[in-house]
Amino acid sequence: MRIIVLVKQVPDTKNVTGEVMKADGTVNRGALAAIFNPEDLNALEMGLEMKERFGGEVIVLTMGPPRAADILKDSLCRGADRVILLSDRRFAASDTLATSYTIAQAITAHLAPYDVVLCGRQAIDGDTAQVGPQAADKLGIAQVTYADRILNYDGAKLTIRRDLGRAQETVEVTPPVLLTVPKSANSPRWPNARLLLKYRRARSAFEVEAEAKAQGRTVDELVGGLRARGLFVETWGAEDIGADLARIGISGSPTKVKKIENVILTGANLKLFPADDSGVRDLINELIDERTFG
Amino acid sequence: MSQHGDVWVFAEVDEGKVADVSLELLGKGRELAATLEVRLGAVILGHGAKRLADKLFAHGADVVYSAEDERLAQYTTLPYARVLTELIREKKPEIVLYGASPLGRDLAPRVASALKTGLTADCTDLQIGTYESGGRLYQQKLLQIRPAWGGNIIATIVSPDVLPEMATVREGVMHIPEPEAGRAGELVDVPVILDSECAAVKVLERQTHPRRVDLKAANIIVSGGYGVASPDGFRLVQELADVLGGTVGASRAAVDAGVIHHDHQVGQTGTTVRPKLYIACGISGAVQHRAGMEESAKILAINSDPSAPIFGIAHYGIVGDCREVIPRMIKALKGKL
Repeated sequence: MRIIVLVKQVPDTKNVTGEVMKADGTVNRGALAAIFNPEDLNALEMGLEMKERFGGEVIVLTMGPPRAADILKDSLCRGADRVILLSDRRFAASDTLATSYTIAQAITAHLAPYDVVLCGRQAIDGDTAQVGPQAADKLGIAQVTYADRILNYDGAKLTIRRDLGRAQETVEVTPPVLLTVPKSANSPRWPNARLLLKYRRARSAFEVEAEAKAQGRTVDELVGGLRARGLFVETWGAEDIGADLARIGISGSPTKVKKIENVILTGANLKLFPADDSGVRDLINELIDERTFG
Repeated sequence: MSQHGDVWVFAEVDEGKVADVSLELLGKGRELAATLEVRLGAVILGHGAKRLADKLFAHGADVVYSAEDERLAQYTTLPYARVLTELIREKKPEIVLYGASPLGRDLAPRVASALKTGLTADCTDLQIGTYESGGRLYQQKLLQIRPAWGGNIIATIVSPDVLPEMATVREGVMHIPEPEAGRAGELVDVPVILDSECAAVKVLERQTHPRRVDLKAANIIVSGGYGVASPDGFRLVQELADVLGGTVGASRAAVDAGVIHHDHQVGQTGTTVRPKLYIACGISGAVQHRAGMEESAKILAINSDPSAPIFGIAHYGIVGDCREVIPRMIKALKGKL
């Protein structure tokens, strides 16, 4: 079974600490740590478990700036067989439509035939949950969103449980299929110590370029050595995947950001009462007087 | 005759009824359609869902597009996406709105991709306004307003060069207007043409669990957070709610601590509420929580940390330990009510 996992490096929006708050009470977005999108780790875990149960390989694909190679190296250390970085300045400022086109184009060009494409339910920066279904559409395959258990694979059909909050569904589908995975699916494994040691020296094309310059060696020489040891993070740009330039990056993105406003607390004329018996009584009297209750 | 296409709402059917979020969208859709001087359309797919058309008219639809087929009896992505995509191609609406429910978030991106149009997820407000770019002024565009970055920013998104403009809208943030019984409109039957590929996913079984609480209908909500995230702490929260005839809510911290079910969670990943009185006990007031309760008519915050952000939006506050303050409130209320 060929399993492709789509992952994203995101700013850690769930852990906004005092250090990233600016004096005006807004968040310094550039200061947020870059992390592996949490639900993409659930997708990777599901992929690794499927490989263990049904055999096959796990390929992890991300689109992002050069430093997104970090989450690919992390994926290798958790057990991925192969990783690919889609990175090109012309991919920048992609909305979900352009992103899904780029990813689908890469898969169709170089990774077909495949059986299952997995991705996290949504990423914590945009929370859109759109790239998965849009990539499925571009690939012309079925989708099962909120897939939290792989119940069975009989060699032809997958049986999958969906967790929809107030409803649970069991569905049956013949691969190829794209699944989006919620955090309820599993607990992602940690990087493996042996693999951490092995992939310590893994490098992306961008890192190789910098190192070649520093060491006075050619890029090809370094890449050849890394490839031979399975340590090269493949990097594909627009030409490598045969992308239509009108459909990537900003020109392929129909949605535009008109305005960004920072959320600032708005004072609501707070009236404070003391925590003692008489303070509490006064508060309750006031609530009764203004008919909030009583 | 307006130069714009119509405004549409995808009417989701939930357990044989029109989902609340779709009725909320009809209310907002009415406003948008009035501004653009166009009609409000509702699209309803199913097998036996056509009988719900009157409900859609009563809630403001001028036109109801009804697709009836036994293959649409239960929602699956591909048949619904196919029928809707073809209908949009034919009728060319200006705007199409979906609830940001699990169903809406499954369907809308698929349709947007097929139509190569823009889609904004999880909006909390929609307006009609202008957009300027590269010296060009776009008039009467749909401004799609949504929180991002974990609620730390509010972004306004537009799709200036493509139609239809599409958005999913968070459940519970818009009001359901009073229905007008007997209001009539045009009912259009939509042909259903599906190929065998559309049947790729088969639903073998579906189980639904009713919500344990109805936070949306509550007049008074007593919510507990990290500061009371223990069985004893929540017993106090429950007792205060009982004395007031209120409903128990919770922040994510309390749900994550395992002291209360997720159905009680208020906030971005829970329910959006606007009761007459919201009592926040031991809740610091992270943006994700505030997003679900800041429109409450009155907010009372009890927290031992005077710098907790919750005080920034509260009308009344007590700085103190909930374990001492709540029993005092219960005692005082028992003497009054």
